[in-house]
Amino acid sequence: MRDVSIIGIGQVEVGEHWDKSLRELGYYALNAAMRDACIQHIDSLYVGNMLSGELTGQEHIGSIIADFAGLRGVEAVKIEAACGSGAAALRMGYIAVAGGMSDFVACMGVEKMTDRQGNTVTSALAMAADGDYEALHGLSFVSINALLMRRYMHEHGYTKDDFAPFAINAHANAVNNPYAMFHNPITRKQFTESKMIADPVSLLDSSPIADGAACVILAPTAIAREFTEKPVRVRASAIATDSVAVHDRRDPLFLEGGAISAQKAYSAAGVGPADMDLFEVHDAFTIMSALSLEAAGFASRGKGVALAQEGQIMPGGRIPITTMGGLKARGHPVGATGMYQLVELATQLRGEAGKSQLANARLGMAQNIGGSGATVVTTILESSF
Amino acid sequence: MALMKPVRPVGIVGYGAYVPRYRLASNEIGDLWTDGNAITPVKQKSVPGLDEDVATMSIEAARNAMHRSSGVAADKLGTVWVGSESHPYAVKPTSTIVAEALGATPHTLAADWQFACKAGTEALQAAIGFVGSGMSEYALAIGMDAAQGRPGDALEYTAGAGGAAYLVGPAEGAIAEFEGSVSYVTDTPDFWRRQNERFPEHGGRFTGEPAYFHHITSAARELLEQTHLQPADFTYVVFHQPNAKFPLKVGEDLGFRRSQIEPGLLVNEIGNTYAGSSMIGLTAVLDIAAPGDRILLVSFGSGAGSDAFAIRMKKTVDHHGTPTTSDYVKRSVMINYATYSRFKENYKLN
Amino acid sequence: MEVARFWRTTGQRYQLTGEICPNCGNKIFPPRDVCPTCEHEAKTAYTFSGKGEVYSYSTIHAAPEGFEKYVPYTVALVRLQEGPLITAQLTDVDTHEVKVGMPVEMVTRVLREDGERGMLVYGYKFRPAVASPR
Repeated sequence: MRDVSIIGIGQVEVGEHWDKSLRELGYYALNAAMRDACIQHIDSLYVGNMLSGELTGQEHIGSIIADFAGLRGVEAVKIEAACGSGAAALRMGYIAVAGGMSDFVACMGVEKMTDRQGNTVTSALAMAADGDYEALHGLSFVSINALLMRRYMHEHGYTKDDFAPFAINAHANAVNNPYAMFHNPITRKQFTESKMIADPVSLLDSSPIADGAACVILAPTAIAREFTEKPVRVRASAIATDSVAVHDRRDPLFLEGGAISAQKAYSAAGVGPADMDLFEVHDAFTIMSALSLEAAGFASRGKGVALAQEGQIMPGGRIPITTMGGLKARGHPVGATGMYQLVELATQLRGEAGKSQLANARLGMAQNIGGSGATVVTTILESSF
Repeated sequence: MALMKPVRPVGIVGYGAYVPRYRLASNEIGDLWTDGNAITPVKQKSVPGLDEDVATMSIEAARNAMHRSSGVAADKLGTVWVGSESHPYAVKPTSTIVAEALGATPHTLAADWQFACKAGTEALQAAIGFVGSGMSEYALAIGMDAAQGRPGDALEYTAGAGGAAYLVGPAEGAIAEFEGSVSYVTDTPDFWRRQNERFPEHGGRFTGEPAYFHHITSAARELLEQTHLQPADFTYVVFHQPNAKFPLKVGEDLGFRRSQIEPGLLVNEIGNTYAGSSMIGLTAVLDIAAPGDRILLVSFGSGAGSDAFAIRMKKTVDHHGTPTTSDYVKRSVMINYATYSRFKENYKLN
Repeated sequence: MEVARFWRTTGQRYQLTGEICPNCGNKIFPPRDVCPTCEHEAKTAYTFSGKGEVYSYSTIHAAPEGFEKYVPYTVALVRLQEGPLITAQLTDVDTHEVKVGMPVEMVTRVLREDGERGMLVYGYKFRPAVASPR
């Protein structure tokens, strides 16, 4: 198996791109990543995407984007694992390069969500849940997270306001991320007074849906230096699954898929949570940050929120999370999100995060979650320069 | 006309009521359409929630009936019959939905009955024949409605929702026994709804004397004559209840006292539940009747006809934790006219 | 219209029919044919009592397509007496009355309709018990 590195990264601003189509967004991110890697050719393109069919009326987007980018003929496929599609695309690229099947692979996440509105998007997102046993009963994706948050509060004795630090930290960290959707810091008071969406989940517990695309170029570490001064090694990429429906989980408040994928990744990289300098969590909702921190071993059961309350998730804390804004403030273009996490992680590890730059960021992890925890992709990256 | 009586004795083995929990006060309607000048025919009426219809209400009433039967298995049901004038589908049986929910499928005779407000009692009468002839051990007959009244029309005050299910079986071991029944019908168009119309039409005061009163008194008198019984032989009498006045008046005409009528008179609390109306009145009486009590049940369905039954209580009901009719009547949440309009889907959302 | 999709699962939705594992006795809902506990094949039908208690709940204001007319409505995870958790709506209840641990019972209601012309989809919901124990 070959060692694999990221030799280029690219992204477009997360937001409402009224004037750009899905293929354009994908192309811009791909082009930016290829320019960053100084390459004109790739062997394969893996496009992570969840809802192109439902929201833009277009499937088969591997070929669409490859052709639009002037790469007609290249191997290109769509990878789908709900909100975990982005990092799942990286996992596929990683397998291809590590296994020696391809040398230069573009792994992309792209989502175009603003062409459709309101309950059409709500319904589309609910497809990440169990169609016959959750969505058929009228559950929205927000409400599934609300069920988890309510039970978490009940079992561990937290109030709704105790989740504020996750949102406050995310917004503070997005202020200097030029690609983030929001650049406004928020206060505890704003969080407390925020509009309720699905009790106890309020607007400021929730990440905003948006358009976006992000991309990384993978190559064998052995030749990475020929293309970049700052290669970022992929130390591990692991996917694990759990039941799609929350009611089928052995313990709804424990992300078994998150724990398994984290353990696989730790074991592949020969590291543990204590070695991490930062952790990009999948903060689609504040409750997911807490559950991800616990599943990945950064906090014990029920202590994810306490960790945030202690300020340990902020820059300078024990484990800084959502360092460029996270899903909450950078925005959550669902199938692209996992790739944004990795581009941001790589940016930190390359020391290029500007005012958001963490001191001594050498080893970092991202956890990208599909559904309410049914697919969890853990990726560990390391500076290798 | 001969008394209808089965070859072998037949009785009520189980029964169950259902009333949705929402209520609309008559003055909510009167304030809106008459500036408070209406003479309201009832105090309030029941209103189904947005997720309720004749199928769901029938399922609950039928489950209650099965529950009270102490152990009749659903696959022993020879019939699952639903009488209603508000079947959820114009074409597609309600009864198969109910049969499936009960676990009575596939070997059962599922059918929907339609005869305005007597669709339930005619199913009940047929069930007596079905069991009494030995065609099956048990038969389920339901009368249930989610009645529609045109906004502003007199019927809007009373068009309620609810009904009851009866598990008919051998008289041996039954809660009550059917002593006999009669049916009395004529072609009297006092009330109707054409195929593609949402709301029914009615003949105003014509619905009274030539329709309701004539058919009920004719059927009741025939039954009394055939059974050689007098009004005084009955502890309770239940009539179809389109408003609070008619059943009391028809009872008086026939020689019944208010104390015989009132225990089964629910219309002031739940409105007119159409095919469910006299059927659920009877459940309220069965809940409180003592062994030996005799009950007269007379329905009325527009179009028109009445079925009359003489019923004799055989034992005190063991509810097995099943909600009583009174539990459902008391379970009430008042709503305003705006919410009512929403529940009736009078607002166009898209 | 997705007639076959709904028809296929009628028994589960109307009667709460799941499975019982012949190997370990685990009661399973929704039915899944393989016991999630012991991984033994589990195809023996088992009908649940419909009694349970609220494990968690939330209220939906922004509904998915097909559920718009019902907002606001309450959804819940219900712990069935026999063990499994189930996701369903609560009905006949004021959201403010709902508590974790509240006893509920299964009723069959309209889950959704496929427009004015399409089929009605019936299924399980849960509500506070009507009858006081007698």
